Amino acid sequence: MQIPIEYYLILSAALFMTGIVGVLIRRNAIIVFMSIELMLNSANLTLITFSSYLGNSIGQIFVFFVMAVAAAEAAIGLAIIIALFRNKLTVNLDEINIFKW
Amino acid sequence: MTLEIVLFVIFALVCLVSGILMVTRVNPVISALFLVVNFGSLAGLYLTLNAQFIAVAQVIIYAGAIMVFFLFVIMLINPEHEKRFLEYKPQLKIFAVAIAVLVFLQIAYIILFSKPSEGVSREVAASVKAGTIEQIGRELFTKYVLPFEAVGYLLLSAAIGALVLAKKKFK
Repeated sequence: MQIPIEYYLILSAALFMTGIVGVLIRRNAIIVFMSIELMLNSANLTLITFSSYLGNSIGQIFVFFVMAVAAAEAAIGLAIIIALFRNKLTVNLDEINIFKW
Repeated sequence: MTLEIVLFVIFALVCLVSGILMVTRVNPVISALFLVVNFGSLAGLYLTLNAQFIAVAQVIIYAGAIMVFFLFVIMLINPEHEKRFLEYKPQLKIFAVAIAVLVFLQIAYIILFSKPSEGVSREVAASVKAGTIEQIGRELFTKYVLPFEAVGYLLLSAAIGALVLAKKKFK
């Protein structure tokens, strides 16, 4: 007996919602960033599920590109966080409000 | 209970629990370590889906490279103590969790309602063939060679941009 595709899709939706909750409730910029990585991974899980169930490798190639973009995004984002920390001595998102005024 | 289902249940539970712990821990280092556990269990899930190459790449790129980078930055800037979960603005957080649960229930209802398993059934041979590094490499270097080169330039520009951003002193 094989696993129905719904299980993987619902697991992926639950992971995505965990990431959204992390972005909404946490105020530490680095943890918000890690939550974004979690959401990217849940989307990857959906792509690989469909790729595997349809017997088609295009989904996995797309996941490869998503991984490359995530690496680039992590490098740039963490550089921005380091620059912000140098400037304001905090990574709390509530105190980073220079664009609000 | 076949081995496939047992493995799926184990990896899915580890994945969900470590994700939730990642979001709720106060210490960012512990959060990052739980995210590593999460990525490892996702690699296991990819193996149950016959995606060998992506599972290995997940461990090397995510759990290896990206998470080392995160831990490095966390230890470099040593962020100040954040207030405990649900202590700061509790109404806002409860509202956020409620909205997320509501949206999750909607997605789950749509997934179960549309019954995708009637349309797709996994043929094991095709699924194994789709996940091999041979098949992925063949597609990547013939049909998708242009996006592949574009991703190379994206990574190069990201590396240069990160250097410039981290070096520059804002006045």
